[in-house]
Amino acid sequence: MHTIVYILPEIFLSLAIMFLLMLGVFIKKSFNLVYLLTILSLIFAIALVLNQPDETIKIFNESYIIDRLSIFMKVLTLLFCLFVLLSSKDYVKNTSIDKIEYPIIILASTLGMILMISSFDLIVFYLGLELQSLCLYILASFRREDERSTEAGLKYFVLSALASGLLLYGCSLIYGFTGSTNFEIISTSLIEANTGAVFGIVFIMVGLAFKVSAVPFHMWTPDVYEGSPTSVTSFFALVPKIAAISVFIRFMYVPFINLINQWQTIIVFLSIASIILGAVAAIGQNNLKRLIAYSSIGHMGYALAGLATGTNEGIQSTIIYLTIYLVMNLGVFGCIFMMKRENTFYENINDLSGLSKNHPMLAFSFLIILFSLAGIPPLAGFFAKFYIFMAVIEVKMYSLAIIGLVTTVVSSFYYLRIIKVIYFDRPKKAFDKDYDWGLKSSLILSSVLILIYFIYPSILTDVVSSIIIY
Amino acid sequence: MNFPILSAIIFIPLTGALFVFVTKGSQKNVEKNSKYVAIFSSLTNFFLSLFLWYSFDTSTSDFQFVEEKKWMNDVINFRLGIDGISILFILLTTFIAPVCIFSGINSIKFKIKEFLIAILVMETLMLGVFCSLDLVIFYLFFEGGLIPMFLIIGIWGGPKRVYSAFKFFLFTLLGSVLMLIAIISIYWITGTTDVIKLLDIRIAQEYQYLLWLAFFSSFAVKLPMWPVHTWLPDAHVEAPTAGSVVLAAILLKMAGYGFMRFSLGLFPVASDYFTPLIFTLSIIAIIYTSLVALVQDDMKKLIAYSSVAHMGFVTIGIFSLTKQGLEGSIIQMMSHGLISAALFLCVGVVYDRYHSRMISSYGGLVNFMPKYAFVFMIFTLAALGLPGTSGFVGEFLVLIGVFQINIVVAVLASLGVILAAAYMLWLYRRVVFGRIASSEIKEMTDLNKTEMYIFASLVFLTLFFGVYPEPLFSTIDISVNNLIDKYQTDINFHLTQIRN
Repeated sequence: MHTIVYILPEIFLSLAIMFLLMLGVFIKKSFNLVYLLTILSLIFAIALVLNQPDETIKIFNESYIIDRLSIFMKVLTLLFCLFVLLSSKDYVKNTSIDKIEYPIIILASTLGMILMISSFDLIVFYLGLELQSLCLYILASFRREDERSTEAGLKYFVLSALASGLLLYGCSLIYGFTGSTNFEIISTSLIEANTGAVFGIVFIMVGLAFKVSAVPFHMWTPDVYEGSPTSVTSFFALVPKIAAISVFIRFMYVPFINLINQWQTIIVFLSIASIILGAVAAIGQNNLKRLIAYSSIGHMGYALAGLATGTNEGIQSTIIYLTIYLVMNLGVFGCIFMMKRENTFYENINDLSGLSKNHPMLAFSFLIILFSLAGIPPLAGFFAKFYIFMAVIEVKMYSLAIIGLVTTVVSSFYYLRIIKVIYFDRPKKAFDKDYDWGLKSSLILSSVLILIYFIYPSILTDVVSSIIIY
Repeated sequence: MNFPILSAIIFIPLTGALFVFVTKGSQKNVEKNSKYVAIFSSLTNFFLSLFLWYSFDTSTSDFQFVEEKKWMNDVINFRLGIDGISILFILLTTFIAPVCIFSGINSIKFKIKEFLIAILVMETLMLGVFCSLDLVIFYLFFEGGLIPMFLIIGIWGGPKRVYSAFKFFLFTLLGSVLMLIAIISIYWITGTTDVIKLLDIRIAQEYQYLLWLAFFSSFAVKLPMWPVHTWLPDAHVEAPTAGSVVLAAILLKMAGYGFMRFSLGLFPVASDYFTPLIFTLSIIAIIYTSLVALVQDDMKKLIAYSSVAHMGFVTIGIFSLTKQGLEGSIIQMMSHGLISAALFLCVGVVYDRYHSRMISSYGGLVNFMPKYAFVFMIFTLAALGLPGTSGFVGEFLVLIGVFQINIVVAVLASLGVILAAAYMLWLYRRVVFGRIASSEIKEMTDLNKTEMYIFASLVFLTLFFGVYPEPLFSTIDISVNNLIDKYQTDINFHLTQIRN
């Protein structure tokens, strides 16, 4: 069989992007059509990915890998891209960013992420990374007449370009010290630590930490999350994290696995710093998007804690954490998209005041999602943390476990604050109730999944436990 | 028996909550229907648990009605089962839940549907705590209770409700996360979280101390023990009456149950080692909080502090590790469940009518509310441990138990009995007798029908178990014996190990 069949999803997505671009240019007022076709092509791409063989295959001179990790992560990427598009359509149309480029750029950046996830070579990886980053810069500044959006785009561009530069420098150092760009060959030649290669690893880790917005490379996150249009923020908070975490896993556990003693401490530091900052800095926020930015920093800290363990269980717990995090954040953004009154969208915590009176169901979903984000059993968020700490305590990293769990108490404070505003405060004027069906269904899906996950938690673990990296 | 009766008992309230959740229609209909559903499901559950008690075999100390379902990859399974100790707590829970629902229907004025959902979910979670035979499942239920309780305090509470709800939530959560670390550590040390297996495995001594402390941090906050009791007065004062009842009658007992089942059962060596610590903290709790209770001018706060003191007796009894002490603790928890629930309801009655919890606002109630005065008197006397009420049985046995171990502790603890008499009688005198504080008090009506039924059932049980506690003893006897035997053999085993 020709190797080309293994990259059918990627080929299909590229063709779809080009076709949609043509369609958008030649047919006037085709936003709705293009949006719909984007969604359909995402669904078709998911089907294509699921159709891939269940074995590890390396193609194109071993520079591209299809294995269980990549299939799982690709499905997640496409699926959550789909849900972000579904839930944000109402917002996009109401805030006049409904240009045909919008869905197409999202699709293009998703293609970049898919390439990243499957890359098994430094150059392929970098190409995928750049494709997705360039699209993200445009998306951040998509509402170009708005000052904050432009600022967000520029800020993201400058900092991200710096991070990409560091990453590329790291790649070149690794190439220089090992003589190859292939992950497998790098891992066989990097058996003992040498200063140059360790520098390369550190540079690559800095770049990756920037992409997952781990402390101390998180500075862009709150500003970009706040400044970008909310639909773009929801995309930022969900989809690029999948690719970044999956590349993080791939880098640490394939080419650099033999130098685990060198990088483990760094990840532990990144993780603890992110957990603490995410918990403490979010307390003072009044803007929901900013708060979500800090909370996502904290959550990435927990995900990295699983990565720091150096075991397969650790990786699996990271993947589970990531999946549950995505479901929860999908719900949070669903709620934010619903905060609309006479075509104006609100995003401050105080605007939620007394939500339980006017919108009992919306308030209830928000309640479930927030308690889940805080990690209170029996909701899904608890299980996410449970798996992480199972893995962390297995390798006897007690200090990480204690810091991580005690910090959940701090972070639960600001989630409780939102619940307080929703349930205990005086009601304000009601929000509009003309929800789009896509928004409604993704919010319902997310809160129901969170609520009933405890009934049979093996469902997710059964799938993930087949992902074995080394 | 194949019918999963424990699962049924746990999930009937939840099903009821679901029904209440989906009721639709006009405001009036929704309220009416949800009341009926809540009453029906909680009473069904009560009768089912009576049936459970009836079919419970008191001649064995093994866990009964054991159920097991595959849950988390065969490693952590959904295991339920009860022994003589847990069944009493189940009965207490299923009895108190309808009491709360009736009292809530009587006094809650808004969002009654949501209130009933919260209480029913709470009941499910509390029953889960007492039935679960797996540490992770236990933790799930134990922590899950925070969510409905937080909402009950925060939505239907008094003026400072936000502060109290946050304090309650954050205190308990902080205590519990350490227990989660301990549970995961136990899993990696022994390879299981199944309680039945763990009770047979002897966890190595060097781990026991830290694990015990981690569990202790959780239970001490929940119980609450001095000095981490400060959330309790706030939570009690601000919570609505039904919330205070759940909190005092059942939530606090989860910690006592946890001490018995897990601290003694899993870490005997550490329990032995830390007994002086428990005794010290409990004695401070008994004397100090009793003194604090004396100077309160808020009725609910006074009862809250007296709860802390009474729970001090419970911990002393548990860690005295004598048969009388342990059985006394269990009886004390049962009776405190009934009495404190009743006392909070008594405060609720006058609060509903006059909207003040201050002792100084009342006086001379006996002139206008004779029935109320009578009921309040019974529970005041029960709270100070008058012979003939269930309060006496528990405290007396605890004191007998601890007297065999440590005379100083016994003497100091009995000071608490005297102080309890002081603050309870003084409270009663100021509220019920004395000068009539204001003309509005003359307008206050006596107990209505619902309240009469609630109090009648509580009075009956308090007096019945005060005069004839035998049914309780025969249920717990063999399980307590087994617990002590196992504890002694474990201690001896470790002693011989050290000698070798």
